[in-house]
Amino acid sequence: MNADLLKDATATSLLAKLEAGEVTSEEVVRGYLDRADALKRLNVFVHLDPEAVLAQAKAVDVDRKAGRPVGALAGVPVAIKDVLCVNGEPTTCGSRMLKNFRPPYDATVIAKLKKAGAILFGKTNMDEFAMGSSTENSAYGPTLNPWDEERIPGGSSGGSAAAVAADLAPLSLGSDTGGSIRQPAAVCGIVGLKPTYGRVSRYGLIAFASSLDQIGPFTHDLADAALLMKVISGHDDRDATSVDDAVPDYSATLDEKPKSLRIGVAREFFGEGLDPEVEAAVREAIRVYEKAGATIQEVSLPNSKYGVPAYYIVAPAECSSNLSRYDGTIFGHRAEDWSPKYPGEEELHPLVRMMMASRAEGFGAEVKRRIMLGTFALSAGYADQYYNQALKVRRLIRNDFDAAFKDVDVILGPTSPSAAFKLGERTANPLAMYLSDIYTITANLAGIPGLSIPCGLTKSGLPIGLQLLAPAFAEENLLRTARVFERETDWHQKRPTIG
Amino acid sequence: MSLSTQDVAKVAVLARLRLSPQELETFTGQLNAIVDYVAQLQEPDTNGVEPLAHGVEVRNVFRDDVRGEALPREAALTNAPKRNKESFLVPAVLD
Repeated sequence: MNADLLKDATATSLLAKLEAGEVTSEEVVRGYLDRADALKRLNVFVHLDPEAVLAQAKAVDVDRKAGRPVGALAGVPVAIKDVLCVNGEPTTCGSRMLKNFRPPYDATVIAKLKKAGAILFGKTNMDEFAMGSSTENSAYGPTLNPWDEERIPGGSSGGSAAAVAADLAPLSLGSDTGGSIRQPAAVCGIVGLKPTYGRVSRYGLIAFASSLDQIGPFTHDLADAALLMKVISGHDDRDATSVDDAVPDYSATLDEKPKSLRIGVAREFFGEGLDPEVEAAVREAIRVYEKAGATIQEVSLPNSKYGVPAYYIVAPAECSSNLSRYDGTIFGHRAEDWSPKYPGEEELHPLVRMMMASRAEGFGAEVKRRIMLGTFALSAGYADQYYNQALKVRRLIRNDFDAAFKDVDVILGPTSPSAAFKLGERTANPLAMYLSDIYTITANLAGIPGLSIPCGLTKSGLPIGLQLLAPAFAEENLLRTARVFERETDWHQKRPTIG
Repeated sequence: MSLSTQDVAKVAVLARLRLSPQELETFTGQLNAIVDYVAQLQEPDTNGVEPLAHGVEVRNVFRDDVRGEALPREAALTNAPKRNKESFLVPAVLD
């Protein structure tokens, strides 16, 4: 096989070669499988079945050779965050709780990928139940950042981000509840898009916080992001929050100049805690846009400072409800022994003790912490003070965006306050970890789309991400606006040297 | 406000989580730190503000009341931690 095949590959470049008959999907897949083998130490995949992957590739090759119509991603590998259900395949959500779980159905995005001829290239590591910002909360060990193996790849979709950054797959899917696509994309130096809430069906996405979760793509560049977005978007009867709007052809319009280029810079995104190197790169990005003819305008999102506290009530509240289904009865881990162990337990019903013991064994510390926090915030006497108040503040945050988007088309800022931090640095301090998502979280609360693209490297060679936010369902314009920056710079072409 | 270990123990039972005495201590400290942090949510004036439960507000979605495809029993039972041929098995609920 051509040794350069995967060098600087993107889905778009691979598709062109596949369609021209220069390579087969089997060759592409073998190349990535070899690389996955050589880079096992990064701990990107929690499940990768070479035989299943090769069988899919061979089937696509047969169809293509026979001249049968093939889908938009025919023969292209896509790595899948292990939060998405794939029929009959291990789906663990980074948890001991689901160690042996094999869903009896496909998530809608998985069905769409299959229909598009994509090769499902393994399941990627993640923070347990998508809770975390570093992929250190996985029951299967942390993933390492391909740019610096002593550092985190971001989270919770760290495995999916590292998969693309390390060229273990040209595309991957993640999920973003408070920044879990954009922050890992930023610290791994790739593109990550959180679509508008409702744009992509959540059916078959193992739920964490249902009003915030959204599935989205990781890619090397915006052409690939547009391509994957088109495949996964659209209405789905099986997700009642899925929105019935036409899906634009993102690829077709990507290179058109946005109708207007009014860019808002939120002063609240440049406050205390922002790393000076990150700030410098983002300020430089603003100059790039100015040169490209953009109007830059300061905007204010005064309530964004309440984003993190509102999120850490709303998300745990929803998680405490969603994760109540893991009770050791229908699926997931069940404890062997639930006899009374600690003071007070002998008064509890054996069924309750069985559930408590199963959940205690199955869940890791961060998941337990959030379930406890959510249960507390929803409990009698506290629901008004915490949960309802958080939802009111959520409205204020949304109102800030609505007001800002009257004057500007997109809002620009840093994706993450710092480049990738070191493994272990924040694990003992939940609040410090929570602040990793300070710039991304408000988009989830407001339901709007957000995109992170590479915009620089620190002096020590770590990627820096630029975040662009747009009004609900303005993904098409968001991609085009980002493309203006991509055309003027070459940050998206930087890849880590790793072997 | 401040949560005592007794408060946290009560929440743990509501949340169906068995916590060791040591975990109870750790979580009490961490939960208090988080609850102190989220207290800032009381700062903004939210008088007359409608709570926002979803970023994109959606109305109730109805479908025709017709039977659709259901998961076959064997598929539904396949991930059960304990089962017989036709049911999930759990510890006796009634004495």
